Amino acid sequence: MTDEVLIDVQHLYKRFVVDTNFFGRPTSVLKAVDDVSFQIHKGEAFGLVGESGCGKTTIGKMLVNLYTPSEGKIFFEGKELTAMKPKERREYCKDIQLIFQDPYASLNPRMTVGDIIAEPIRINHLLPDNEVENRVTYLLNCVGLANHMRNRYPHEFSGGQRQRVGIARALAVQPKLIVCDEPVSALDVSIQAQVLNLLDDLKDEFGLTYLFIAHGLNVVKHISDRVGVMYLGKLMEIAPKHELYANPLNPYTKALLSAIPSVNPETRRKRIILQGDVPSPIDPPAGCRFCSRCFEKVDGCDSVTPELRMVQPNHWVACHRFDDQNL
Amino acid sequence: MLLEVKNLVTEFHMKRGTVKAVNNISYQVDQGEILAIVGESGSGKSVSSLSIMGLIRSPGEIAAGEIIYNGQDLLKLSQKEMQKIRGDKISMIFQEPMTSLNPVYRVGDQITESILTHMKISKEEAKKRAIKMLEIVGIPSPADRFNDYPHQMSGGMRQRVMIAMAISCDPELLIADEPTTALDVTIQAQILDLLKQMRDKFHMAVLLITHDLGVVAETADRVLVMYCGQVVEEADVKELFQKPLHPYTLGLLKSIPKLEDESKEPLYMIKGMVPNPLHMPPGCPFSDRCDRCMERCRKEMPDLQEINGRKVRCFLYDQKEEVQA
Repeated sequence: MTDEVLIDVQHLYKRFVVDTNFFGRPTSVLKAVDDVSFQIHKGEAFGLVGESGCGKTTIGKMLVNLYTPSEGKIFFEGKELTAMKPKERREYCKDIQLIFQDPYASLNPRMTVGDIIAEPIRINHLLPDNEVENRVTYLLNCVGLANHMRNRYPHEFSGGQRQRVGIARALAVQPKLIVCDEPVSALDVSIQAQVLNLLDDLKDEFGLTYLFIAHGLNVVKHISDRVGVMYLGKLMEIAPKHELYANPLNPYTKALLSAIPSVNPETRRKRIILQGDVPSPIDPPAGCRFCSRCFEKVDGCDSVTPELRMVQPNHWVACHRFDDQNL
Repeated sequence: MLLEVKNLVTEFHMKRGTVKAVNNISYQVDQGEILAIVGESGSGKSVSSLSIMGLIRSPGEIAAGEIIYNGQDLLKLSQKEMQKIRGDKISMIFQEPMTSLNPVYRVGDQITESILTHMKISKEEAKKRAIKMLEIVGIPSPADRFNDYPHQMSGGMRQRVMIAMAISCDPELLIADEPTTALDVTIQAQILDLLKQMRDKFHMAVLLITHDLGVVAETADRVLVMYCGQVVEEADVKELFQKPLHPYTLGLLKSIPKLEDESKEPLYMIKGMVPNPLHMPPGCPFSDRCDRCMERCRKEMPDLQEINGRKVRCFLYDQKEEVQA
């Protein structure tokens, strides 16, 4: 990991219009991502965790240009992606690639695996036609698939192998950043470990940077250097992983960590069981988003939104309980 | 003993051959006990529970075995007799709470329906009971939520409704097939806690089917590990996690990223993948992926044998009392 910032996200917003009135004016708006800022350094794996509907995937999709941000800026290597014209923006698409969650839905069933991997190379004219085949062979080899499998179709592969194909496809255009959107949550436990190790190896081999999105805190811990925790469109806490897991500050992070079932029955801990459900992002609670379920609430939590601030070196938290602790 | 499954074989007759989804498994469930069946996709854990409920449809077929519930063999009952037991004495909750509730009926009416089917009470009383059930499973303002449609509820709420429906007739056995897989971790903690409460309150047995060893460690009393349609290990939950005997169980445990783990070592991997059920290896089904595979493993199928009160299916423990795992 270097100090060089690869991607810098500043005050990013994404709103989806759920309902409009007769004149087409929005009457109901879902704030999927609400004022989120973070940086990812070159060579780093940044984990983004949160429950369904917290906006983690939406952030990933904005980085790869599948969604346009409603507001805010994204800088990539110092250049502002959000200010570019569509044609110019597309040039940067090959630098930021995405690995999808569901390996069954993200591969075209009518294309052979070789064609799937070769397609991004051909579209971007990265190599002369006669060299594409060699490159595909190399990529298949990198992700642990045999060359003779290139003529097979996705349905002939198991879930883990399909995810390897998805990874090879992402690597094909030599990206600098890969957004991994829940890459192992659809896989069996014994296969998860294989894919996680592969991602770890490839990171070193190709000098990649990851944005690793997941709902499983233990999976994120294994692969990431720093972790951000999201809740209802807001970043609640960012810290280096050891710091976050050893010393969580935000009550939501504590609850999330406590909710993970441990594989040691001896330590059936007294866990923090949160009351109620995640509120709807269309009509989130005023003040802190988490205040309706928080067990450490103080005055002002339900009226003033806490800002993300640094309370310990590199440890950022959005919580009123740390208001006076400024570094 | 509440339920005893003896030498159950459930087969699926496919075009390309017969698949033994459940291959000669036996186990018992005692009253008030949480027994977990854990395995990866395709291990036969769900099929074994569907067999108990009599929900196996063509091309599937229960080819052999007995399922003894309170002294009677469920497999010998007629459809009608089975219907009386299903939803009353034995009930089931499923993985996906959206698809297992009927979207065009109010949730309250769906609970009332199962109460009216099995209990001789008036509609009014049934409604009261349904509201009480919603209250028991922790749904706020149950009388109002009684009139909700499933789409108006969140995933966790729907799973609570499913549980309310399942326990509405005081079952003795609740089969929970991946009850928390579709839910977020904080909601999963709520639901698992609820299941344990229900067990303590009503003293019912729970057969918990899951792929998540964390869920097992948190909730279960006893564990059955399945691989390729067979039981490979059976033990008390503490013993299993402390000292897994079968290489497959050991591999599964080692391959989970642990929260406590501080090292940056690569994860342990079980090599290869689950064999195609149509082309099983001749010996032990795990032999191709096993670190400690011996010559014998590739030729013969090991038996499930008892060692110190627990069971394991592996030649490593053949005629030996203790082997360092």
